[in-house]
Amino acid sequence: MSSVAQKSGFGATLWDWITTVDHKKIGILYLLGGLFFFVIGGIEAMIIRLQLMTPNNDLVSAGLFNDLITMHGTTMIFLAAMPILFGFMNAIMPLQIGARDVAFPFINSLGFWMFVFGGLFLNISWLFGEVPDAGWTSYASLSLHSPGHGVDFYAIGLQIAGGGTLMAGINFLVTIINMRAPGMTYMRMPLFTWTTFVASAMILFAFPPLTVGLFFLTFDRMFGGNFFDHTMGGNTIIWEHIFWIFGHPEVYILILPAFGIFSEIFAVFSRKRLFGYTAMVFATVLIGFLGFMVWAHHMFTVGLGPTANAIFAVATMAIAVPTGVKIFNWLLTIWGGSIKVTVPMLYALAFIPSFVMGGVTGVMQGVAPLDYQLHDSYFIVAHFHYVIVGGVVLGIFAAIHYWWPKMFGTMLSEFLGKITFVFFFVGFHMTFLIQHWLGFWGMPRRVWTFMDGQGWNMANMVSTIGALLMAVGFTVMLINIIMTTVKNERVGNDPWGDGRTLEWAIPSPPPFYNFPATPLVRGLDTLWIEKMEGSEEMITPAEPITDIHMPHGSFIPFLMSLGLFIAGFGAMFHQETSWGLGVLIFGLAFTFVSMAARSWRDDLGFYVTKEQIMQDQENIKKENIKRGRN
Amino acid sequence: MIKGLKKWRLFSLLAVFAVIMAGCGNEEISTFQPAGQVANDQFNLLLLASGIMLLVIVVVVAIFTVALFRFRRSKLGEDHMPEQVEGSHKLELIWTIIPILLLTVLAVPTVYYTYKLGDVKAMEAVDEDGIAENLVVDVTAKLYWWEFEYPELGIVTAQELVVPTDEKVYFNLIAADVKHSFWIPSVGGKLDTNVENVNKFYLSFEKESEGLKDGVFYGKCAELCGPSHALMDFKVKTLPRDQFDSWVADMQETAETPVVANADGEEVFSQSCIGCHAVSGVGESGAQGPNLTSFGDRNRVAGFLKHDEENLKKWIRDTQKYKPGNTMPSFGEDQISEEELDALAEYLLGLKVAK
Repeated sequence: MSSVAQKSGFGATLWDWITTVDHKKIGILYLLGGLFFFVIGGIEAMIIRLQLMTPNNDLVSAGLFNDLITMHGTTMIFLAAMPILFGFMNAIMPLQIGARDVAFPFINSLGFWMFVFGGLFLNISWLFGEVPDAGWTSYASLSLHSPGHGVDFYAIGLQIAGGGTLMAGINFLVTIINMRAPGMTYMRMPLFTWTTFVASAMILFAFPPLTVGLFFLTFDRMFGGNFFDHTMGGNTIIWEHIFWIFGHPEVYILILPAFGIFSEIFAVFSRKRLFGYTAMVFATVLIGFLGFMVWAHHMFTVGLGPTANAIFAVATMAIAVPTGVKIFNWLLTIWGGSIKVTVPMLYALAFIPSFVMGGVTGVMQGVAPLDYQLHDSYFIVAHFHYVIVGGVVLGIFAAIHYWWPKMFGTMLSEFLGKITFVFFFVGFHMTFLIQHWLGFWGMPRRVWTFMDGQGWNMANMVSTIGALLMAVGFTVMLINIIMTTVKNERVGNDPWGDGRTLEWAIPSPPPFYNFPATPLVRGLDTLWIEKMEGSEEMITPAEPITDIHMPHGSFIPFLMSLGLFIAGFGAMFHQETSWGLGVLIFGLAFTFVSMAARSWRDDLGFYVTKEQIMQDQENIKKENIKRGRN
Repeated sequence: MIKGLKKWRLFSLLAVFAVIMAGCGNEEISTFQPAGQVANDQFNLLLLASGIMLLVIVVVVAIFTVALFRFRRSKLGEDHMPEQVEGSHKLELIWTIIPILLLTVLAVPTVYYTYKLGDVKAMEAVDEDGIAENLVVDVTAKLYWWEFEYPELGIVTAQELVVPTDEKVYFNLIAADVKHSFWIPSVGGKLDTNVENVNKFYLSFEKESEGLKDGVFYGKCAELCGPSHALMDFKVKTLPRDQFDSWVADMQETAETPVVANADGEEVFSQSCIGCHAVSGVGESGAQGPNLTSFGDRNRVAGFLKHDEENLKKWIRDTQKYKPGNTMPSFGEDQISEEELDALAEYLLGLKVAK
């Protein structure tokens, strides 16, 4: 268990990764898992755009198209964007607060494997040929009406993955509350840690409604429940409320960490302290609160009546204020700074105008009577892609380049990064800008095809070409990742040269125990303070080096998630087969027995000895001297 | 080189021209060419909101651009060390208060119009004789088609909504199977047709549809409702009040004087079709299939196919191919022979009300 890589067989490496509870490895797993699903969701997006390239196209059938849009949305939100962000939260946040791991390493692993098995469960629907087809929102009347097992895959797959998300959120909350290094007060936490904190708190309150809603849907579809069947006294509008009480906070759960990423990048590559740190923190918290007060703006056309619509319209507009504060604080961070346009900074700079456009169209839709026109038209498709791609995805791409050296110890090529950026950025605006007009011109969203002669042909063609450019950009990024990994040129602690936060004070990648001695934090931008004082070691230790207590890896999270995965199939087939009920019980028993095994066997972890830590330190120093850095 | 440049200029000019031409969309379906008070109110809100939002974008982009040009490290030198500013209360107050003011400017009309467009009190209004003062249409959305009942007038039609111009028309909206959404972009914003409750709103039609490309406004289903959601179109014919009244009278007559363009066709119809489709305009909503009384006047088969005999026959032969998931069975040659189909098509296309 040394930090110096030891040669070992493929099987041993695989076992190590499957059983790992190291937050940095789980971070990498989340990132890779998320990227895998991002590719799948991206392929679905390309087929959607190719189908809509020309009027009356029949590249895909109407039914398959609905499968594609449903799986594109569900995959991108739950299986791509969130896991990738969790990857960075896992890999970076504990480093930023000077911790050795997250609070519950075992639960961390469990959360990851539940995401993996939930995601697999959803996507296995393609092999069965019965795919979720009621949209990522799966509004109840349609999701109950949908034949086959498609929506069952949605309900159970998301239930498993969502459980993992909830665990991850709780874990991050506890970590940030309890495991900050000495001196790391709340108001000295880096913005990415703050946004992780607020996003996790939002997960804690937003995911239980989803869990409830999905259970209702599961019971209605598989166990004869009538929660949403209006002919039996149920109500479909309840689903819409439950879904959006989860769904609106969900988009802030996505965007807040991206805000955190950009806040780090702007400060580092402007070589300047984040402008208005306190206001940034309070704006983040305020957005978190308001995020729960506006769900019904997704439902202006449901017929809730003018009073409800007016209240939610005004509440929605209120969110623009803290968001505006953030935008101007970022602008003032780069103002008067020393801007170095690296690839992460390119994404951060591109984010400002892109996200502002997505934000203002959001306010426009907050104008309820205007939203009667815009709702469910292509305008909304343009709007949410502007905030999610222009905000979250640009944030993810920025973070991939920015933290790649910290996570993998190598630098992605800046040249290829810039090529990716140009294709992706141009493609993105080309795809989605014109869609605002498609909405104004009367094109509803989620249409499988459109008739000729409605004035939509050229715009759809432009949009499809833009989407292809985005695909080219992303492909270049994958090539970049592969080439960088093959070249394997190692980098030092702070490859960007202007790192301000604690993660840049330790090697890339850090030893598995992160910090040889817990650091003492003396202010915001901990590393920057050390640098300004000309400190040699870059870290002021809060304690002498002693033995470090670390947890053992565990296979149990994998088994527990596998049990739920098996139980899912049992639940789905129990009505039409004789074995279904048995499989359901077996799967659940499998999970609970695995869980019990964890409780019966005490695992007290192990100690990294002081001698070994000192030895590691020596090795790192030698390597750094060899590399001519430090 | 220069020649290439000229071509390029011409191309970009053409492109700009095309954008301007297309900028307003098609009159029968674009929200940019409002054809009624509701759409007009919404369009004005759009202009106000866009104006404010453009202002925000311009300010942000201006600061952004200046910062980007002035503060580049390549300009300032590699060793430049910027001042580590903490923040500025004055500035932060400014960019909190100004957005609040801008949003207030937007919020006031928002609330006003939310109540204005949601006002359906006049639906119940009756004159001294107990006759409703306003036209009310009950809309039922069904898997991929629309049924329009005029309860006060005792008539029912489908797929093509006929309304008088220059007065408020009130709607009761409901869905019979799954949720849909009722949207006529150029006349006003949408309202969902829920499965469990009736939604009410009004629209006013202030342009006659006669001069339009197809002589009708386009209506859409705006809520994902299954495979053929994209094909769940309807059309809107707007007539001056006197013409509307005579259309109503004609519809009411169809119960006693049916139109029969082909007697053999009528025979086929009464054997194979009448279980689901009515050919009398007098009645109520709740039918299995669209009412076909005015089928010959409509401009689409199945809501979206070009309205001609060939498409009509193709449609009857293979309904699932054209509109997957709809509830009408296909009729093969063992059920309706080729000759019978010819007769049936002639009969159906002859079903006209407008004189």
